Amino acid sequence: MFTLDRDRQDKQEMRMSVVGALQEAIQENANVVALEADLGGASGWTNIQKTHPDNFINVGIAEANMIGIAAGLSVTGFVPFVHTFGPFATRRVFDQIFLSGAYAFNTLNIYGSDPGFCAGPNGGTHTTWEDVALMRTIPDAVICDAADDVQMDWIIKEFAKMEGIHYIRGNRKGVRNLYAKGSTFRLGKANLLREGEDVLLISAGQLVSDALDAANELASQDIDVEVLDMFTIKPLDVEAILKHSKDKKHIVVLENHSITGGLGSAVAEVIAEHALQIPLMRMGCKEAFGQVGSQEYLQKEFGLTKDDVVKTIQNLTI
Amino acid sequence: MNASEVKDLKVLSAKIRLDVMKMLSSLGYGHVGGSLSIVEVLSVLYGKYMRYDASNPSWDKRDMFVLSKGHAGPGLYATLANVGFFEKDMLYTLNAGGTNMPSHPDRSKTPGVDMTTGSLGQGTSVAAGIATGFKMNHTDQKVYLIVGDGELNEGQCWEAFQYIAHNKLNNCIVFIDNNKRQLDGYTCDVCNPFDIEAKMRAFGFHALSVNGADEKAIADAIELSFDVKDQAVCIILDTIKGQGIPYFEQLEANHSVKFNSEETQLATSEAIANLEAYIVKEGA
Repeated sequence: MFTLDRDRQDKQEMRMSVVGALQEAIQENANVVALEADLGGASGWTNIQKTHPDNFINVGIAEANMIGIAAGLSVTGFVPFVHTFGPFATRRVFDQIFLSGAYAFNTLNIYGSDPGFCAGPNGGTHTTWEDVALMRTIPDAVICDAADDVQMDWIIKEFAKMEGIHYIRGNRKGVRNLYAKGSTFRLGKANLLREGEDVLLISAGQLVSDALDAANELASQDIDVEVLDMFTIKPLDVEAILKHSKDKKHIVVLENHSITGGLGSAVAEVIAEHALQIPLMRMGCKEAFGQVGSQEYLQKEFGLTKDDVVKTIQNLTI
Repeated sequence: MNASEVKDLKVLSAKIRLDVMKMLSSLGYGHVGGSLSIVEVLSVLYGKYMRYDASNPSWDKRDMFVLSKGHAGPGLYATLANVGFFEKDMLYTLNAGGTNMPSHPDRSKTPGVDMTTGSLGQGTSVAAGIATGFKMNHTDQKVYLIVGDGELNEGQCWEAFQYIAHNKLNNCIVFIDNNKRQLDGYTCDVCNPFDIEAKMRAFGFHALSVNGADEKAIADAIELSFDVKDQAVCIILDTIKGQGIPYFEQLEANHSVKFNSEETQLATSEAIANLEAYIVKEGA
């Protein structure tokens, strides 16, 4: 069960949540191994090296090799977690994940950090708007986008218990609290955060907080928005989409990802395949590459702020 | 290794080579060149050094084998069949729809296949991971890795080699099948590998070159590698693409061969007859 954090103002570093969850997972199961491609200082995983030196490997700046080594560790019964920045954790090593990992029925847990506008000052070369699109094509892969540190912690520990290919994306740095400590979730089940009659707003990752803020602001303008946190993008909670889109005039998807191949596309497939006859607005990156700037600047630049959501929904015909 | 052991391994090599030829000629096409060049090393590994239980392929104390040059799958399958992992009938289902003998090895399908390979370069890293896992488990199990010389074009090999050498993974025995040819021609013409042994030394390996058609020389190199305590080991096999069958050794485009010409069929029949005669004579 989950409950929302009371004031949702404090920020917690997501990377420290990952580190803490992995340290706990290692305590639970000595076969859990954390692998880095020389970003331990950036991910905080050097803390794992300090507390559990036998469960940490820095392979050097060699992401493809890291995925292969993780697959080999899986062959010998270990539970590997790997980290690098989102684009290098997916796009750069896609064939290694696909063949040495998925096709060979090995287990890989992958944390791709700083997706979308979270790349901030690292800029366009370090930006991924396409990681979810790529990972969605891998049969039976699980894909999550963590809304805050509480959810991140829960997902990492859940992944540690499962076999297969599991990808989680999330900011390394401070993200506003959404869920109260101790909240639990169900993989593949969306969280209903706010009920409403007019519009179904679906989001994932740290943008869920902005989605909820937008819905609250729109309520004062008599626009009633229902908000779903679709933190598991694959397998998608189709049932929740069918249930919560009933009698809605619009569905809006807000994602820190390209509108091509991500959550918006996944929702579009459900709408089409179930002939829902509800217009869909996809808010995400549209045919563009990433750029450099602060996270705040980039979120605004790509039209993904709370104000952008408010404006978008105000302009819908309701 | 005494003379009788050497003879046994030579007979096993002949049996593997025979089955490679029979399965590929029966199919009508396949990766002849690279399958034949690793026959002797497969014979020495599965005939003498590797610990496995053919009746229990997933035995958790076994040594493992990674064929990073996955297109030589038929060579591995012929070996596994000869040491008892499955019946030889299975060899004749190669590449058929629904088969457990796909052209490239698949650990979820074929008994005895430890890793799925085919996208070149990737097996090197996986073998490195398996060796790491064995070390972390404090077991003396080993992983044997075969990489093609053409495959060395792939950058991932060198990422893995650097890791294996840095971590002194002497439980990962790296074989490089130096048959000097790749699909489109000679390695020195496509993308010159230069001196492979010197390169492996420069990467931090204890590297040595042996005649890859000589079971005793391969066995001696493996024995030597067991004595290397604090360094990764690489054995470069001096081989010939199409090894052991003069017609295929001399055939210019011998990476993948179609058995549709009279000349090829005749040479294949002759090779099969010679191998069968040798096995009858020496195996008795």
